[in-house]
Amino acid sequence: MFDLLLLNLRRRDLKVGLGEWMAFLDGVGKGLAVDLDSLYRLGRAVLVHQESQFDDWDLAFTATFEGVEVDEKLSKALDEWLQDARNTAGDLTDIELEDDELRRQFYERLKEQKERHDGGSKWVGSGGTSPFGTGGRASKGIQVGGGGGRRAIQVAGERQWADYRQDRRLEHRDFEVALRALRSLTREGPMELDVDDTIKRTADNAGDIDLVFRRKRVNRVHLRLIMDTGGSMSPHTRLVTQLFTAAQEVKGFKSFEAWYFHNAPYGQLYESFETRQRKPIEELLRDWTPQHRVVFVGDASMAPYELFEPWGYGGMTDRRTQLSGLDWLKRIRTRCPASVWLNPDPKRWWRHPTVEAIGAVFPMHSLTLAGLRDAIRTLRRGGH
Amino acid sequence: MSAIDFDRFQGAARYIAEDTLLSDVNAAIALGRPLLVRGEPGTGKTMLAHAIAESLEMPLLSWHVKSTTTAQEGRYHYDVVQRLNDSRFGDIDGIDVRDIRRYIKLGVLGQAFTAPQQVVLLIDEIDKADVEFPNDLLRELDEMAFTIPELDETVRAEKRPVTIITSNAEKELPDAFLRRCVFHFIRFPEPERVLRIIDAHMPNLEERLIHAAVTRFYEVRRVNGLRKKPSTSELLDWLVVLASAGVRPQEIAKRMPFLSVLVKQEKDLEVLGRRFGQA
Repeated sequence: MFDLLLLNLRRRDLKVGLGEWMAFLDGVGKGLAVDLDSLYRLGRAVLVHQESQFDDWDLAFTATFEGVEVDEKLSKALDEWLQDARNTAGDLTDIELEDDELRRQFYERLKEQKERHDGGSKWVGSGGTSPFGTGGRASKGIQVGGGGGRRAIQVAGERQWADYRQDRRLEHRDFEVALRALRSLTREGPMELDVDDTIKRTADNAGDIDLVFRRKRVNRVHLRLIMDTGGSMSPHTRLVTQLFTAAQEVKGFKSFEAWYFHNAPYGQLYESFETRQRKPIEELLRDWTPQHRVVFVGDASMAPYELFEPWGYGGMTDRRTQLSGLDWLKRIRTRCPASVWLNPDPKRWWRHPTVEAIGAVFPMHSLTLAGLRDAIRTLRRGGH
Repeated sequence: MSAIDFDRFQGAARYIAEDTLLSDVNAAIALGRPLLVRGEPGTGKTMLAHAIAESLEMPLLSWHVKSTTTAQEGRYHYDVVQRLNDSRFGDIDGIDVRDIRRYIKLGVLGQAFTAPQQVVLLIDEIDKADVEFPNDLLRELDEMAFTIPELDETVRAEKRPVTIITSNAEKELPDAFLRRCVFHFIRFPEPERVLRIIDAHMPNLEERLIHAAVTRFYEVRRVNGLRKKPSTSELLDWLVVLASAGVRPQEIAKRMPFLSVLVKQEKDLEVLGRRFGQA
């Protein structure tokens, strides 16, 4: 049963390590879990480290324990199993083994256990018609079922943590936290007195003062946020505005600028759509360096000709250079390889010719917390 | 061993906790692991450590983490400057500059480990520090010990302190660190628990006033686009102001008196002003 729980957790991508698993068993051994209810709580506290994964825990727990029949023999079997697992754990941790080896041995032991238990009656099944039942409380070990058990399953089944999942949509604060990870500090600033080193050098120098200076740490990241506005982007206005304010508020970027376009950039970017102030991309690219981080935000979906043809969208055509929107995107990408595209549309809409074409130019991530983090990682790697 | 041995923390008189919080605290104590508490600002993360210390009758040692805090500060500080000064100018009787111990001062971790009795150790707002900070504490949290190379000595806790670590989740904490902690997430309390919290802090308040204020409070929290949603501590402040100003319950329902006690950010005040027709 416990190996099934571990299996279900891993299946839900909850990476439970050996250390936590042992701590969990240790807790069970110390009597912290006397019924399913407390088992649920103990497991969540020890095995799960983020509220965003509580929902996965609920699902794994339900999958493991739903429909479990109460059986005196089962409690006993579990008790033995635990005793055994605990002993094994003790043996294993005493020996210094490579992590992988440790893990392998542990799983082998789990496998043996499973075979032995499964030889008897089947004790996990979704077809069980009888409810958890009451009474039959074993004096020690785990009590499976009982009133508590039903509650735990119910609580887990309610999925009250679903809102906290990582793939939920973003909030202002999340943006700030994620964007902060983009900073990269280097000692390039003005000189400052290095107190620690001064003291050390002075002491080494038998007490004669020896001053040491060093450069201050500064953030050398230039950030450019380029946003699609209007049209199909209107439903995402709030989200994009939040990203924009957050980027503005994260202090310490060496420089930050926001630019706008509609559908695709055709030779120029707008400082603001209301005032229609704009600048040619060519001019901008002269200032931008490969060290600039460029983040595009847009749904990337439009009529194919708007992206692939040089006459593009309405009056925004760039007849002079005969470059299409896609060509301009490629130029920006070539100049600033550390660039990504954030798409607020759900991933299932990305099978669209213009989305796929843009996705071939920029690494495309969805505008969710997980997606933004991936995007920042991509940027830190230099855009690949 | 029976479960009762560990079921020690029952919640302090003025700290109204969720059931799962109690069991998580007890799990952390029983397993000897630090308890990592995360949650919105103002959900009582720091208060929890105080409540545990009060309820277990243990002294509380707090380490308030700042953006510049290093792990070394928690361990000990070797006051080289003082020693240097004493060696050159210290003519005062009884000062032996050769005695290095005189210049080694234990930090909060060191004090917690060497305390004669078990203590509650609070590491507050761990996410404020540098990204690497939690990783620098791994050994300390695992073994509750650290070495002082200057003395060639190891400071080891005889009784593992009950360790509470709080985080606002400003930065993501490293995996290796998370794996060593028991994790608890404090959710924002539902109205029922908020009422109990109010009752614990201000037992003599008029019920209709509380009712009107709490209703308004949850209305404000539901407003979209707030930078910072008001928390329980702000609600408590608001109630104090409302009560001492003698505001009548009907008035709270009509307008929002003393809104700035509840919401602090200027932009949020604007948003609410538009929403409730008064700035």
